[in-house]
Amino acid sequence: MTAQKSTSPDSYDKAFSLINPIDIPWVDALRRSAFKKFQELGLPTQRRGNEPWKYTDIRKLAKHEFQPVLEHKTVSDQVVRDHSIIAGPSHLAVFIDGTFSPSHSSVNDLPKGANFSSLASAFHSQDILVEDKISRYSGYKAEAFTALNTAFIEDGAIITLTAGTVVKAPIHLLFITTSHKHEVAIHPRIFVHLEESSSASIIESHTGIQGNVYLSNAVAELLIDSNARLNYYKLQRHPTNAFHITNTEAIVNRDGYFSCVNIDLGGDIVRNNLNTRMAGEGASTKLNGLYLTTDKQHVDNQVIIEHIKGNTRARELYKGILDGQSRSVFHGSIIVREGASGVDAYQVDKNLLLSNQAEADTKPAFWVYTDDVKCGHGAACGQIDDDAVFYLRSRGLDEITARQLLIHGFIAEVIDSIENPDLRDHVSDLVHSKLEQWLLV
Amino acid sequence: MALLEIENLHAGIGEIEILKGVSLSVQKGEVHAIMGPNGSGKSTLAHVLAGHTAYTIFEGSINFDGSTLLEMLPEFRARAGLFLSFQHPVEISGVRFDQFLRASYNSIRKSQNEPELDPIQFNKVLKDKLGQFEIDPAFIQRNVNEGFSGGEKKRMEIFQMALLEPKLAILDETDSGLDVDALREVANGINNFRNPDHAIVLVTHYQRILNYLTPDFVHVLMDGRIVKSGNADLARQIEEHGYDDFLEISRTNEK
Repeated sequence: MTAQKSTSPDSYDKAFSLINPIDIPWVDALRRSAFKKFQELGLPTQRRGNEPWKYTDIRKLAKHEFQPVLEHKTVSDQVVRDHSIIAGPSHLAVFIDGTFSPSHSSVNDLPKGANFSSLASAFHSQDILVEDKISRYSGYKAEAFTALNTAFIEDGAIITLTAGTVVKAPIHLLFITTSHKHEVAIHPRIFVHLEESSSASIIESHTGIQGNVYLSNAVAELLIDSNARLNYYKLQRHPTNAFHITNTEAIVNRDGYFSCVNIDLGGDIVRNNLNTRMAGEGASTKLNGLYLTTDKQHVDNQVIIEHIKGNTRARELYKGILDGQSRSVFHGSIIVREGASGVDAYQVDKNLLLSNQAEADTKPAFWVYTDDVKCGHGAACGQIDDDAVFYLRSRGLDEITARQLLIHGFIAEVIDSIENPDLRDHVSDLVHSKLEQWLLV
Repeated sequence: MALLEIENLHAGIGEIEILKGVSLSVQKGEVHAIMGPNGSGKSTLAHVLAGHTAYTIFEGSINFDGSTLLEMLPEFRARAGLFLSFQHPVEISGVRFDQFLRASYNSIRKSQNEPELDPIQFNKVLKDKLGQFEIDPAFIQRNVNEGFSGGEKKRMEIFQMALLEPKLAILDETDSGLDVDALREVANGINNFRNPDHAIVLVTHYQRILNYLTPDFVHVLMDGRIVKSGNADLARQIEEHGYDDFLEISRTNEK
């Protein structure tokens, strides 16, 4: 990452001077320190010799002068309902242009032992835990977008579960970005701490209203203590002119479990850095992903699983369907540290190309510094199997139905990995209606 | 009128001619075996009948139940009552058999202006049919052919035939790769399907499946032509002498 060229556009100096001040010394210091770091790092527009950004060109993003949201907008309940994804019971926290909106939210009904608080209010509560934990796990000193997010930190979600607390209904963090006169950037920040033997499902969903270009740049820090279980879902369906960058850091302690299903259906350039540290013996993780891209969309998933401790298990399955001139990048790294014996890790990325102009770059890699590990990986790119289409047609299905069935079959594994039935149905509907549009063109 | 009437069919892949003038007439209720060595064009004939797009038709016509078959898309052939049992059934991940079979069953019903069945209604139909086969109902919940053995796939092909009740079933090497038990079971499935309304064209390299079911007609296909037609005795002749006897006829035809 040392080769990242410093571009440091002046526009960010201007943007930084415009942000709402937060009159809390440590927050102010953190912002300034992070902004300084961002200026040093610059946006990673240089790709040569810069492996993490080799296949993703963000010069288009770097050209925009994104400003902080200064004019706060309201949205109707109907807009919230349209963008919400859970039909069944959930604890909903809505953020409009990055700012928590209590009137649209229903997080007061969390069971005892579970706490939600907006980051802005947590800052003012002078809770020492917030100061202690925010930015402790995310590496803003090495990653430009995390530095940018930290420099512009303003609001977000803090979710904590005390030991043994079980939250059954999913906690749904819904970030809606509206259209503004200026091109705006929002920097959502999420911190989750699941104490020992607690469990929760959290949905981080990003969406927006079609209009002017914007940048959504989210950072999430997820801390999973011993024997705790976190089912995490990331669903992104921005308009196709929005940029979306996420940095997600998960630390899984002894016998803890972390699953993440990352679904990208929208956006222009999308980049997800997902770093999972297996920090305690017996920890396990399941990371799945699905991306649907068309036109000139570009979705890049960088997934790093670091096995610090032994007897840890990881399963990773990403699938993509690419149409138009779209492009996907999958870069999976599984690192097994010295002494971490008994690691069992497997990663797969498979892509289905619906057009001759679509391109998928996939690169699963292992870095193993110990013996006695079980590691495997697979990658595939292909088109719809003509013989399978013929097989289905020979049974009476028309060609479009046959293709749809095969595509749905291709991604079923990822959709089925969504444990929450309401979310699974919703994602399935979204994906199916999107595919239907493509296939009927 | 014959159910299937193939006249002077010339077909192949790209510019290469594989079928060089096949004519065949199949009536309702008849079982025809088409036998021939590797490369004689058996599978090409089966695929051309089902409408595989990889094949080129150079000449000839096929009439099926009053329709011009070669002008029909594969799905319309299926809906009109033509069924192909594949030599190599395709594995489809993420699509369950029951889901696939219901889509297939309903597409055929819809074309006949019959109401489509919902999953509950269809499962009843499936269950009844499964009872006639020695198929573990759990198979139906699995992905289409995924991880199935060769024998299991063939058995499922025959099951599909029984479920869809086509007018004409073309069985492409349904006997290949089967052990004796599986062969007997598949043959039983075919025998049960046999009735005055159904016709069967059985394409095979070996005579052994004919130990379990007796065809009304046997045709020898050599180098893209039917060189000899007869009754079940012809199959026994092939069993004893192989295909060499017919090489001469095939060469004569060439001239």
